[in-house]
Amino acid sequence: MTDASLPAAAPKSLLVADGRTRRRKAAETRFRLYGVAAIAIGLLALVFLLTSVLGNGVNAFRQTFVEIPVTLDEAVLDKTGTRDPKAMAKVTTVSYGKLIQQALEAELATRGIDTSALTEKQVMSLMSKEAPADLRRQVLADPLLIGQTITFDAFATSRVDGYFKGRVTMESASRDSNITPEQLVVAEAMAGAGLIETRWNWRFLTAPDASELRPEAAGLGVAILGSAYMMLIVLVLSLPIGVATSIYLEEMAPKNRWTDLIEVNIANLAAVPSIVYGILALALFINFMGLPQSAPIVGGLVLTLMTLPTIIIATRAALQAVPPSIRDAALGVGASKMQSIFHHVLPLAMPGILTGTILGLARALGESAPLLLIGMVAFVKDFPSAPPEGLMQPATALPVQVYQWTQRSDPAFVERASGAIIVLLTFLLTMNAVAIILRRRFERRW
Amino acid sequence: MNVMQIAERATATATAKMTARGVQVHYGENHALKDVDVDILAGTVTAFIGPSGCGKSTFLRCLNRMNDTVASARVTGEIRLDGEDIYDRRVDPVTLRARVGMVFQKPNPFPKSIYENVAYGPRIHGLTRNRAELDQVVETSLRKAALWNEVKDRLQAPGTGLSGGQQQRLCIARAIATAPEVLLMDEPCSALDPIATAQVEELIDELHTQFSVVIVTHSMQQAARVSQRTAFFHLGHLVEYGETGQIFTNPRDPRTESYITGRIG
Repeated sequence: MTDASLPAAAPKSLLVADGRTRRRKAAETRFRLYGVAAIAIGLLALVFLLTSVLGNGVNAFRQTFVEIPVTLDEAVLDKTGTRDPKAMAKVTTVSYGKLIQQALEAELATRGIDTSALTEKQVMSLMSKEAPADLRRQVLADPLLIGQTITFDAFATSRVDGYFKGRVTMESASRDSNITPEQLVVAEAMAGAGLIETRWNWRFLTAPDASELRPEAAGLGVAILGSAYMMLIVLVLSLPIGVATSIYLEEMAPKNRWTDLIEVNIANLAAVPSIVYGILALALFINFMGLPQSAPIVGGLVLTLMTLPTIIIATRAALQAVPPSIRDAALGVGASKMQSIFHHVLPLAMPGILTGTILGLARALGESAPLLLIGMVAFVKDFPSAPPEGLMQPATALPVQVYQWTQRSDPAFVERASGAIIVLLTFLLTMNAVAIILRRRFERRW
Repeated sequence: MNVMQIAERATATATAKMTARGVQVHYGENHALKDVDVDILAGTVTAFIGPSGCGKSTFLRCLNRMNDTVASARVTGEIRLDGEDIYDRRVDPVTLRARVGMVFQKPNPFPKSIYENVAYGPRIHGLTRNRAELDQVVETSLRKAALWNEVKDRLQAPGTGLSGGQQQRLCIARAIATAPEVLLMDEPCSALDPIATAQVEELIDELHTQFSVVIVTHSMQQAARVSQRTAFFHLGHLVEYGETGQIFTNPRDPRTESYITGRIG
């Protein structure tokens, strides 16, 4: 072929874009716009989620309290006068309820608040039904209070609470069987007299769950403790098992069909839906091994099984990322395989391993499906004791608590559920932040 | 290069430190090294030269059993260190590598302090009894590696923060800190600039009085400059092995001649 047979190139100017260039530029601009649009949609969804959760949930951390002086009458609460807790325990909440009712009526009378429009029962139902039990618990914990007049802090009932938070209005109260506008008028007057106050409520974080009729008393205490116990079990079991497995597979195991098979299976296990692990746990831990239902030990074990593949995959990736020259260097000065792994490879892989572990834990913390199957969805009002016995006692978990509360009919529980989501998200964000900090801190160059 | 100078270089007649007989290496199906016989003399620098893929690095890695780490590698034949077969079932490769040290092509200091890099070997082999002795070993090794003056004020600084040439000398210091009897060097200067190369070469020249040095190199000038004996590998065969002066001035095999004159390789 000679030069003459080539098509004669038209003289081109760099300053004028031809058709190809224009099309290429248009495609690039379009692609950039797609990217921006995708990110914008994602951000919008996030903003929507956060505003809806925060808007609903922040109020769960504040609670309306009724504060009245109550005289703890010895004649009612401790007839024997011995302050013997066993004898005092025979006094039921009914007696305490009467005591509170008298104190409330007396206080309203002295403050000059008109309750003529309400029945006695309606006056009393401004206060949570949990109040007598609260007072009884307080007295049994400290019998020396008997005979004194104490300032008693009771939860206002959820409708009154809702009124002060703007959830309940006079108009909605007129259609509500649980509260009347007249009651709200009285509550308003009590607030004016300083008897009712809305403030920060620690008991949302520390108290156990409460029954469907007492949303104001429901707290996350048992759920947080249960989740903490399970995270403890997951960490203690999955980190050593996962790291040991990864080191063996990555550094020591011969590469053959069996190890390939194991690798494929681990990768697949990471993708198994979590509810399947729940069924496994039900069959294995509860039916076969006879471990108790609703116990953190079972929850921890099933979450361990679920987290292990994640940790193994992350750890193997971290080990693979350590350059082979480091292994050669260690072997070259006469370090054994174990020494080269534990002195050099593992420390270098540590940030990756920790990041993977924390992300695995975060996923386990937010998991609810397998816990439903092992009975952690039960209503648990008693705190489990300290480990190790506490691991065998019933508890709930944060995500399950959210699930439970959203099932209940009282609208006050919507607020509680959003509050629980905020707590859960706070834990997750903290864990992810720790993962990022660890990665930054330990990241090394080679 | 002045050819006569090489020829005049005296070779200390010494006993064989390592002997290799009929060494064959297979990587899976690939027959990488065919029937190699070499004697590594004590107190001598031996250079392995040859084109890429000729098996010289493979053979070097046989001498301290680093090929054990390659799953597909299979070594047959016999390699003896002081008369003992290093591939004997009873030999622990880790103990062997403490006696036959190695410096790699790319400087690979541990991402630890300069001090820790050098102290690591003596520490895991229990060569020192206390901190003072360890300090002494670190200093001696760094001095032998001609690095002491440059780093003595920053021993706790990370070894990875040094320049390439300094890193390679740190690796040499690390290798000689365990007091090996043979030092294997796999193209130690290929990642270095000419000045650093000159420093390392000078170092090799000083080191061979204390132990045998085996160096793989792509640079024939380097082989001529630092070694007393040279082995030429081609396509997995040991073509020719003899005194450096003789190999470069009067090669017996036509392939050797072609390689050193630049016609093959």
